[in-house]
Amino acid sequence: MALLELKNVSKHFGAIHALNDVSLSLEPGRIVGLMGDNGAGKSTLVKIVAGNFRPTHGTMQMEGQDLSMHRPIEARRHGIEIVHQDLALCDNLSAAANVFLGREIRKGIGPFKILDYAAMYRRAGQIFAELRSETRPRDLVRQMSGGQRQAVAIARTRIADAKVVLMDEPTAAISVRQVAEVLNLMRRLRDRGIAIVFISHRMPDVFSIADRVVILRRGRKVADKDVAASSPEEVTGLITGAIEYA
Amino acid sequence: MEIQFDDNIKRARFPLLTWVTSRQAFWVSVAVILACIFLSFATNSFATSNNIFNVTRNFTFVAIIALGMTIVIITGGIDLSVGSVLCLCSMILAVVMHAGYSIEVGIAASLATALVIGAINGVLIAYLGIPPFVVTLGMLSIARSLAMVASNNTVVFQFGPDHDKLLFLGGGAWLFGIANPVLFMLALALLTGFVLHYTRFGRYVFAIGGNEHAAIVTGVPVRRTKLAVYMISALSAGIAGIIQTGWLGAVTTNLGSGMELQVIAAAVIGGANLAGGIGTAFGALIGSALIEVIRNSLGLLGVSAFWQGTFIGSFIIIAVTFDRLRNYRSSE
Repeated sequence: MALLELKNVSKHFGAIHALNDVSLSLEPGRIVGLMGDNGAGKSTLVKIVAGNFRPTHGTMQMEGQDLSMHRPIEARRHGIEIVHQDLALCDNLSAAANVFLGREIRKGIGPFKILDYAAMYRRAGQIFAELRSETRPRDLVRQMSGGQRQAVAIARTRIADAKVVLMDEPTAAISVRQVAEVLNLMRRLRDRGIAIVFISHRMPDVFSIADRVVILRRGRKVADKDVAASSPEEVTGLITGAIEYA
Repeated sequence: MEIQFDDNIKRARFPLLTWVTSRQAFWVSVAVILACIFLSFATNSFATSNNIFNVTRNFTFVAIIALGMTIVIITGGIDLSVGSVLCLCSMILAVVMHAGYSIEVGIAASLATALVIGAINGVLIAYLGIPPFVVTLGMLSIARSLAMVASNNTVVFQFGPDHDKLLFLGGGAWLFGIANPVLFMLALALLTGFVLHYTRFGRYVFAIGGNEHAAIVTGVPVRRTKLAVYMISALSAGIAGIIQTGWLGAVTTNLGSGMELQVIAAAVIGGANLAGGIGTAFGALIGSALIEVIRNSLGLLGVSAFWQGTFIGSFIIIAVTFDRLRNYRSSE
């Protein structure tokens, strides 16, 4: 059964049709590579699922329930998490503080609550261990490598037991070894039954990890097929428009 | 990779020592202590109880406001209106008490004024997105002008039926001979430190200064937090104003003029980073203390008061340069 299902979703900004009649279904434990040229509608699609935009037409369902979101925080409440392209980390805070940013664990009586440092360090440590990352909860993000920073951003998706994780270009602008690290992190999420949308321009990454590839061109979905049944050449053709439809 | 590993071992051997020496406030404390030791030997008048009493009391007003300013600076903002807000709050207190109301009413009116000013600053900055520099520069002018309007630009030195209570509040010393303003300052510093370190609000303050965009997308109530921050800053100016009124026993409309620069200097010397994300309550105190010790010592050593600005200005630059050099080293 599909976890998250988008049916005939469109988004218009005045006369501009950023997204036209796109349907998409995500299954637990599967990675969907979302590809397309700049301006193809990837960001718009992500922002709709993330709760930043409301679709002009079409519906979204999460485990068979209609989704209607007005703010990003509501998407989170429904189990949808986003790993932003810039990772959205605060350099001046510790790894644990970043993981729990906006969702701090607190202890105390009634309205008098203080931050529960111990609990947050412990939980963050567990998540890093689970992701098999060497990141330490107390370290400042400023001192971290690109791979560790990715781990912090990905660890955020684990504190609320997300069902769907959107990853916006997580492998852009990092070193080869770090790319491997990030792909490993994604595999761990997948193995826990999370549905992942992997937005990327990098063909090898998508082909090495995704189960399915969805291609957008000018706001329309032009392909949605198993990676095994496709090839980088075909995908390139679909992205550029050399191949009309697959 | 190996280098990083070695670094980690080095860091782990003396974690407390490493942590302490990485703080700008620590080095400023060292400077203050060295200066005090030097002055005790170089002059007969520094280490007298009278002078110590004066020094500690003199820097409290700057320090109390520097606590609020530090919170603002941590969010990446600035509040230039604090000197004028101090003047306006003092004047409101003076005028209300002069009119025959009790000290409680006077203080309530004064603090309410501070909160309203802070809220105006905060709404313009957080909700309308106007740069803090511009908003608080405007408020600097407005608040001082309102103080003149409230008092008709006269000096108020009679505070009605509770006159003596007010003078005791600012001039008395009810615990072990420590001046009351110092007690207020210590209490407020502890409170500020607690809020910054142990509350969710404090965490948000640092997050906003570290990466405002990240704070927004992770669901931190950025606008509300910023609004609160500017209200706290104005409130700290109001509290300092009330205590200073009690100490001086008179309010003029030029009270606290130019004070915003001293306060910002104190916060920066104490380690607050104007780019946001870094700062401590202790730093605000020790930065203020250093400025006062310099001021005091120049007087005692017989150096012309005209040199004060040079020394304080140099310390601002030295403190920031130190911080810069340390960062170069750690980034290599």
